[in-house]
Amino acid sequence: MQTIDLATQSLRELNATLQAQKDQTNATSWEILNPRGAHAIAVGLDAPIEVTVRGATGYYCAGMNKQATVHVTGSAGPGVAENMMSGTVIIDGDASQYAGATGRGGLLVIKGNASSRCGISMKGIDIVVQGNIGHMSAFMGQAGNLVVCGDAGDALGDSLYEARLFVRGSVKSLGADCIEKEMRPEHLEILRDLLERAGIDAKPEEFRRYGSARKLYNFDIDNAAAY
Amino acid sequence: MCGIVGLFLKDKSLEPKLGAMLTDMLVTMTDRGPDSAGIAIYGGSAQGQAKLTIQSDQADADFAALADDLSSALGAAVTLHRKDTHAVLTLPADKAADARAKLADLRPGLRVMSDGESIEIYKEVGLPKDVARRFELSSMSGTHGIGHTRMATESAVTTQGAHPFSTGADQCLVHNGSLSNHNNWRRKLKREGIRIESMNDTEVGAAYLTWKMQNGASLGEALEGTLDDLDGFFTFVVGTKDGFGVVRDPIACKPAVMAETDQYVAFGSEYRALVNLPGIETARVWEPEPATVYFWSH
Repeated sequence: MQTIDLATQSLRELNATLQAQKDQTNATSWEILNPRGAHAIAVGLDAPIEVTVRGATGYYCAGMNKQATVHVTGSAGPGVAENMMSGTVIIDGDASQYAGATGRGGLLVIKGNASSRCGISMKGIDIVVQGNIGHMSAFMGQAGNLVVCGDAGDALGDSLYEARLFVRGSVKSLGADCIEKEMRPEHLEILRDLLERAGIDAKPEEFRRYGSARKLYNFDIDNAAAY
Repeated sequence: MCGIVGLFLKDKSLEPKLGAMLTDMLVTMTDRGPDSAGIAIYGGSAQGQAKLTIQSDQADADFAALADDLSSALGAAVTLHRKDTHAVLTLPADKAADARAKLADLRPGLRVMSDGESIEIYKEVGLPKDVARRFELSSMSGTHGIGHTRMATESAVTTQGAHPFSTGADQCLVHNGSLSNHNNWRRKLKREGIRIESMNDTEVGAAYLTWKMQNGASLGEALEGTLDDLDGFFTFVVGTKDGFGVVRDPIACKPAVMAETDQYVAFGSEYRALVNLPGIETARVWEPEPATVYFWSH
């Protein structure tokens, strides 16, 4: 285990050190102390390493992650795991706005609540939230899965393309072009796998599935007067 | 972008440290707002006395003999305590309105930042740490206070455009965001007799709350009203003589974190602002919900 203490080392040193790790590195396990809400902790990683951040992080923690597993033992500020490509990011506490925004792959697990715009413009990332999510989540989501074990806020899945949304609790309101869809066996299988990988004990059968009605894909001539 | 901090103490033993705690929080938010900074602090009141915080760009000339001049004009005792470009005038509470009018005649270049029994406001252009040092903010004590670091988007970088804004006795407001219907509300509120002195959008937000509370609304009800009447982006943190409130617009894109323990309620634009508070590790920390009013009072 390698330890980097942000009370004595700079953020730039931290990120440069972690970003320098290659596929075959022997230093596979890292611990970061005293994050104290700093921005951009453990961003742009591209090696199969495990990084544990002991405390709360600020903006954009674990952004653009590839391969690495980043585990935050506290809460995360806005834009955690933004544009993640692969790997795993686990937040033990809550996540602020736009968690997992534009993510293309990998798994983001939030053990607490996520606030507004969780998974906005998601493009293949899988996001599992054990608590609730805020308004406008999965806005313009294009691919991937968003699993919410608690409740969803207003305008879930507004202007959704093809991401799958699974919610166990209530949905305050659905956004434009987002509808509830039939839960078929293949969806239960996807959900079971995601819950298991996230380490969350919940029954797939208790969830409802939401997705795109696909009415916004093409221009509808009947709406011409609206422009 | 701007930075907001706020601290409302429940534990009296922390009161001597309020200025130091709030200054630390304020300076941490420098990169959210390096243009100007300000702080409103509720430092306690003396029976029957009012405090006016004044500011002047020609403080040497304007403040010299001001206590005597104002005292003769009012026919009452006035004391002046200067801090850099600001000074606090202490005078009998029933003379406060008259003092404002007399000050405009005696020293036309002078600005009144706040009036009330308890509130003092200090704000200037410059880095938060420099502003804090000039006004010795860290040595101040009090029951609650709010602060702001400004990155101007909407009106000029001037002392007058810095936050907090105070439009009523012992009231103040800081804002992260921008209002889009402030011109309409400025006209309406001015017609209603509310004092608005700048072209800044935030001052209109403060004036709106003053108007609501003048018409009998509680702080909570006044904050509730902003959700219907103000258009734009806002996270507001508000102080009154014994209260402290927070509200975010329904879109809530301006960041906010709160923490509460048995000793205090704290607000920060980011968690970074809260990390040095006592017991933060075990505090209840949460992100205030959109379109939801939070307030506390002593």
